[in-house]
Amino acid sequence: MSGIYAHFVLRHSGFELDAGFDAPARGVTALFGPSGSGKTTVLRCLAGLERASGQLQVNGEIWQSDAVFVPPHRRAVGYVFQEASLFPHLSVRENLLYGYRRIPAAERRVQLDQVVEWLGLVALIERRDPNSLSGGERQRVAIARALLTSPRLLLMDEPLSALDGPSKQEILAYLETLHCELDIPVVYVTHAMEEVTRLADHLVYLQQGRVKVAGALLPMLSQPDSPLAKFEEAAVVIEVSVGALDEPYQLARLDFSGGALWVTAADLTVGRQLRARVQARDVSITLQPPQASSINNILPATIVALAEAGSARMNVQLLTGANVMLLARITRRSCDTLGLMPGMAVYAQIKTVALAV
Amino acid sequence: MPPLAPDDWLALWLTLKLAGVTTLLLLCVATPLAWWLAYTRRWYAPVVSALVALPLVLPPTVLGFYLLVLMGPQGALGMLFQTLGLGRLSFTFGGLVLGSMLFSLPFAVQPIRNAFESIGRRPLEVAASLRAAPLDRFFSVALPLARPGFLTAIILAFAHTVGEFGVVLMLGGNISGETRVLSIAIYNHVEAMEYTAAHWLAGGMVLFAFLVLLGLYLLGNKFRVAR
Repeated sequence: MSGIYAHFVLRHSGFELDAGFDAPARGVTALFGPSGSGKTTVLRCLAGLERASGQLQVNGEIWQSDAVFVPPHRRAVGYVFQEASLFPHLSVRENLLYGYRRIPAAERRVQLDQVVEWLGLVALIERRDPNSLSGGERQRVAIARALLTSPRLLLMDEPLSALDGPSKQEILAYLETLHCELDIPVVYVTHAMEEVTRLADHLVYLQQGRVKVAGALLPMLSQPDSPLAKFEEAAVVIEVSVGALDEPYQLARLDFSGGALWVTAADLTVGRQLRARVQARDVSITLQPPQASSINNILPATIVALAEAGSARMNVQLLTGANVMLLARITRRSCDTLGLMPGMAVYAQIKTVALAV
Repeated sequence: MPPLAPDDWLALWLTLKLAGVTTLLLLCVATPLAWWLAYTRRWYAPVVSALVALPLVLPPTVLGFYLLVLMGPQGALGMLFQTLGLGRLSFTFGGLVLGSMLFSLPFAVQPIRNAFESIGRRPLEVAASLRAAPLDRFFSVALPLARPGFLTAIILAFAHTVGEFGVVLMLGGNISGETRVLSIAIYNHVEAMEYTAAHWLAGGMVLFAFLVLLGLYLLGNKFRVAR
């Protein structure tokens, strides 16, 4: 059996965890939920750093069952902590090689040069003191250090939360590249919607120690009544490819099955595969196609479902193109004024589209 | 050349030997104890902490008295050593080492324990996730990170043993070459009104103690700057 099967039960004073989920053998599974929902505890259980009762199977190997508990140092996991936690008594290179030296040579599938290049560490590797690195640099070293143990499962505990805005974007870009380079499962703990929509393929939503919903990310994002759609930053992700460029206007056309979006583009090439992220609050609905509008993207769509998002607002799920779902966040009054109902043909106006590589 | 008798030189050598052996053995005992105290969550850990700290507050004579009883030919420890064929404990160098270890235990345990506690669990968890087995984690991460604590422990345990008087007097008596350490030698000189020799030895002790403490504080500064 490939992939991850996990179920953990843990009772602390005032906290109860009873979480079971599956994750596929490839791609990023986001453990998402409010703080205190038990995300980090689940991740620590996966690594064996916390001992809960339950089961854990990774690619057919049993790491935990009623009779078995593989200690953390015998599990092929890479763990990236919230703070980089580099060893202060070791140089950057020694930090990187700490785990690498401790695995049998035959099991080393990742080499130092490779990782140094992936994570842009060429200029940093000869530094003596890891404390001289910036927050973002330290976290990159920590990620590289974890990858150098050739893990069969990569665990990341909010690796961006301790970083400032620019370093966060920088690391996100590196993580997106890794997403494409690695063929191991990644379990990624976060409470940031942006990180989920940029990185995740699958999602496990935790609340008060229990799994509320779990599954493939894209369909879940566009469910108007899912816990994700209740977020202020609710968004859908559309997989697109660059279809054409309008160089004088610095625009690019992103094609998806049965439709296209125009976005302002910096250095895109035709044919490139991307993730386009459309926030629900950036999508509005009209019944007629607007005659003169500054908005570039107006897509014909059909209403699939409606759901309340708080007391004043509604989520409207829209089908556009062949099978692409959008989510629009509108006020309840607009919904009533327009008389919106499932099955109606409308136009979706999209104000902004964010891109993720 | 200070006007010291061969006996005094012997006492100096014996003192250094006692302090050296005690410190070395103490490290072997204090390290696991400090580790356990730093990380355990057992309910009886405070009891152990209190027992370890006891020599700090007890008069050395009380400690020496009980040790004498324990180590005597009729004492539990004394009988154990006899049956094991290790010889007598009371009024021997071995007995002194054992007594000094107990007397200086808190001075070795406390700095090491503090160092382990200030490291926290995180670096060890990181090491575990990087495939380091428990003993490997200890030697490759905990030990180097706790180095300032170990240096403090070594210096304090050594210096404290050098300065010991009460326990030695109770346990070892005054046997030249076997149990007569510097502090006893000074006492003897004073009793015999040999003030010049007493001055030399006492002054040397003051200088030694000052240098040790100075070194300790300089070391503290260095580590603080390096951090």
